[in-house]
Amino acid sequence: MRRALRQGFIPAMSQRAPTTHVLTGTRIRERRLALSRRQADVARAAGISPAYLNLIEHNRRPVGEELVQRLAEVLEVPSEELAEGREEARIAALREAAARLPDAARGLAPELGQTPEFLARFPGWAAVLVATARRSEALERQLVALSDRMTQDPYLLTTLHEVLSAVTSVRSTASILSEGDEVSPEWRARFHANLNEDSLRLSTTAQALVRYIDSFETDGAIFTPQEEVEAWMAAGAPPVDEADDLASDAARAMAQEHLDCAAADRALLPDVALAEVAAAEPDPLRIAARLGRPLDLVMRRLAALRPWRFERAGLLVCDGSGALTLRQPAPGFPLPRPGDSCPLWPLYQALAAPQTAMAHLVVAPDGRRFSTLSHATRSQPDGTGGPVLTRAQMLILPAEAGQGAGSEASIAIGPACRICPRPDCPARREPSILGMR
Amino acid sequence: MALDILMIEDEPNIAEAVRFILSRDGWQLRLLQDGHGAIEEIRAARPRLVILDLMLPHRSGAEILGDLRAEADAALAATPVLMLTARGQTADAADQADAVLGKPFANDDLRAQVRRMLA
Repeated sequence: MRRALRQGFIPAMSQRAPTTHVLTGTRIRERRLALSRRQADVARAAGISPAYLNLIEHNRRPVGEELVQRLAEVLEVPSEELAEGREEARIAALREAAARLPDAARGLAPELGQTPEFLARFPGWAAVLVATARRSEALERQLVALSDRMTQDPYLLTTLHEVLSAVTSVRSTASILSEGDEVSPEWRARFHANLNEDSLRLSTTAQALVRYIDSFETDGAIFTPQEEVEAWMAAGAPPVDEADDLASDAARAMAQEHLDCAAADRALLPDVALAEVAAAEPDPLRIAARLGRPLDLVMRRLAALRPWRFERAGLLVCDGSGALTLRQPAPGFPLPRPGDSCPLWPLYQALAAPQTAMAHLVVAPDGRRFSTLSHATRSQPDGTGGPVLTRAQMLILPAEAGQGAGSEASIAIGPACRICPRPDCPARREPSILGMR
Repeated sequence: MALDILMIEDEPNIAEAVRFILSRDGWQLRLLQDGHGAIEEIRAARPRLVILDLMLPHRSGAEILGDLRAEADAALAATPVLMLTARGQTADAADQADAVLGKPFANDDLRAQVRRMLA
């Protein structure tokens, strides 16, 4: 397994020259909108500025093949689908649209064998069909997310309760003051102070609520506080008070906690010490041993510092319930929207065997391979009588071509059942909306 | 003097307004701002009426109500309870309450309800 990790830590490089693809930008934009992702978010993940991505999307800048590859990873599609001039990509898009027919239209039987002919004869109609299918998919995702948010979102429920409490207090207090009965000067002063306090609270909470709801519509996307934090991290974690990505109070609180934890980790394992050892040793277990630090700390610091060999490292962290508390993706790793995941990720195996490092090679539905190292820890912060808390981490690195093709078995993973195309997965818990391969 | 009302409400400004309204009507009222220790306080004070907020820190109003109804002392277990809730939250949580008042409420509705329950 160490062999697999070692190979995975060597980043692949591409030195191809940029070429101009007039329509590539349009494809990038269409794909981004279909995923309901913000331009700024995609730009940061691909390592370019939002302004530059905007120019690319409007076909005003040439885009090199290496950048197309990076954007394809971020947008979770094969790069061929973004490149211009590939009829196969258009045919694939039409087939995808046919595979995503709504349940009510399951009886329809599109002539898939004649897709190339249809595309050649009616390219305009084909484009309309694909755009409509993608728009439909984006709207469905938006609907599901909105529905989940309205019924389960703890931030929304808590904020509404806060508004209701302030309104109740204002109503009762204002009634007392306006009823005309005798109210002593002392009580009158207290009630005036209470009214002032409640009106301020109401104003602050209402503004936060409006900001939160506004964020649903940003660039056609829906963002949870966790997604806001991810966008903020992708932007280099600027100061919380100045971060445009952190629209909600919940996201700001989560970002601050992340900063506090990162600072504590950095104090325990400084950048210089980690970079020095990581340059000589690719195995996180050996790095931990050489530094005399726990493996979970080393994994978090490798993902945060991303020293040589670990530039493309990602990290997933979950609690004992399996809920992901940190999602720092590696390029191309199939990551779904927050709240969903694949039960076959080795991260979850680690939960069942704390204090044991597990190295696995995993393969995504598009064939990309990743080296993973998973490890869980247990703690009892409230003492021996308190609950046992388990936390698992999975360090992810894109694997090199051919890695794991020999004796090592790889685990076929996906993003989440709903958007996973694997038909025979033993862990499937719900049907996929994608056409099964 | 026997305690008429024990009010358990974590929002201090709501509690203050209610205390003013009901004290002015002549009721003896005591406030508790936390669900923690509520059942012990009810045992000790034996109020004639408990006004209970549903969402409280540490122990919810529903849990406190469940504990009260499970008391071995039948008279104590039958203490009348007026539950304060946000509309739509009543469902199962307030099933065991004698009456439910949705927030925000009119002061006169609260006064009338208390009068009925302490009559």
